[in-house]
Amino acid sequence: MNKEQLQHIRADFPILTEKIYNKDLIYFDNAATTQKPRCVVERIENGYYHLNANIHRGVHYLSQKATEAHEAARTSVAEFLHAAKREEIIFTRGTTEAINLVATSFGEAFCKTGDEIILSVMEHHSNIVPWQMLCERKGMKLRVIPMNERGELDMEAYKSLLNEHTKIVSVAHVSNVLGTINPVKEIIQIAHSHTIPVLVDGAQAVPHIPVNVVELDADFYVFSGHKIYGPTGIGVLYGKSNWLNAIPPYQGGGEMIANVTFEKTTYNELPFKFEAGTPDYISSTALAEALRYVQEIGLDKIAEHEHELLTYCTEKLMEIKDMRIIGTAKEKSSVISFLVGNIHPYDMGILLDKLGIAVRTGHHCAQPLIDSLGIPGTVRASFAFYNTKEEIDVFIDALKRVVKMLS
Amino acid sequence: MTINELQDEIIEEFSAFDDWMDKYALLIDLGNSLLPLEDKYKNPQNIIEGCQSRVWLNAELNDGIITYQGESDAVLVKGIVSLLIRVLSGHTPDEILNTELYFIDKIGLKEHLSPTRSNGLVAMVKQMKMFALAYKSVIS
Repeated sequence: MNKEQLQHIRADFPILTEKIYNKDLIYFDNAATTQKPRCVVERIENGYYHLNANIHRGVHYLSQKATEAHEAARTSVAEFLHAAKREEIIFTRGTTEAINLVATSFGEAFCKTGDEIILSVMEHHSNIVPWQMLCERKGMKLRVIPMNERGELDMEAYKSLLNEHTKIVSVAHVSNVLGTINPVKEIIQIAHSHTIPVLVDGAQAVPHIPVNVVELDADFYVFSGHKIYGPTGIGVLYGKSNWLNAIPPYQGGGEMIANVTFEKTTYNELPFKFEAGTPDYISSTALAEALRYVQEIGLDKIAEHEHELLTYCTEKLMEIKDMRIIGTAKEKSSVISFLVGNIHPYDMGILLDKLGIAVRTGHHCAQPLIDSLGIPGTVRASFAFYNTKEEIDVFIDALKRVVKMLS
Repeated sequence: MTINELQDEIIEEFSAFDDWMDKYALLIDLGNSLLPLEDKYKNPQNIIEGCQSRVWLNAELNDGIITYQGESDAVLVKGIVSLLIRVLSGHTPDEILNTELYFIDKIGLKEHLSPTRSNGLVAMVKQMKMFALAYKSVIS
């Protein structure tokens, strides 16, 4: 990406010109949420101003228009993930709700006392707690794939965890703390050789790398809209139709039914079976716009630019004395977690903030991972395609100043 | 000095700085010079878990006066802990319970005590008052 292209892109994100404590905002907290391009915000505005009517079943013009937009968004997501069928795309409130849906409905249909679920040590709480809740309900056990010192999953240990009690494997595509890109295709192949399905938490992957769910052969793939330049409160569950047909509905209500009497309700077909209540049709269409925007720039181009930022920042960080990068996997996305000497991450984060730099500190909702590393947390800088090397230079200077103050 | 006189003294000290980084530099100095809490007090009973950092707090009553000791794993938090101790330590339970802590807001460090900052400080202030309440019942 050349300078001019980058300038054009940055102009699409009005928030990037904000001043924080009279300093230029440097936003390096993209793994938590991304900023929104003008076109996405305009799509939301346009939705409420011109396209607002409750969808499906409405006979009037506006309802049909809104329905078309919502269903077109479903098609966009299906194409984005290269899903085989559009009805395999379920809109949820986000990654968390999508995992809860699968943990609940899949658990209801297929799990019993003594069964096991395999996760990895680097999971976000949202890919731990729903499964733990299922384990408590059913008397099941979590098994955890360990990792090596670089933050790469131990595939041999993974193989040894699979057994006749394993019901599902659920792993992150990309770690939100370490940036590790996990070999999910291989993980899926191995699980499938034991006829065990796999859920992939793609929250940190879809904004950065092209995803093809058919090629991966994922049984479930989930992500959040707000992490890929879309609105908050919308997310996606992709599920192979045979699985989605085989598991019961998650929530009951309007939309998800075929026929209701007080004696018995029959459920609607996919995808509506899993979309109880009025869906967020404004956000779904805005998410589709975000995906269009990202694809227009090109995910390959995005990945290339972000990789450059990752390499550049890593090199610059290593110049700082007592720097410790947490997560040095060979395959890594644009997330850098680090610590300097014995300085507490909270102290670094607070001071960097006062210099206009937004990074995240703490356990990043992955306490088991942080505990396993024996550290109090990390400082995490995470990049998006609108970030620049110049911003990294400012960040490094600020960090040096902060480290000096704190050591 | 009364608690409020101590609060005013701190406000005065911090008023010398306009720049955030200078205020924080002072806070770091205060944090670094806070006497470490003896290991025997760093027990699970005295720990206040925040999402980002941890605070330990101990309080003792001698002749009707409360003395606090505290520590944190983050130095900025330690700086604020040292300020809270300077203000509240050496006073009676009643004096502590009747105090409104306004200095943190006045010196511009309110954000550290906002409930959205999960650094254990809000819980610490509450715990300091709880100690005062508990010791008050011991005295009476």
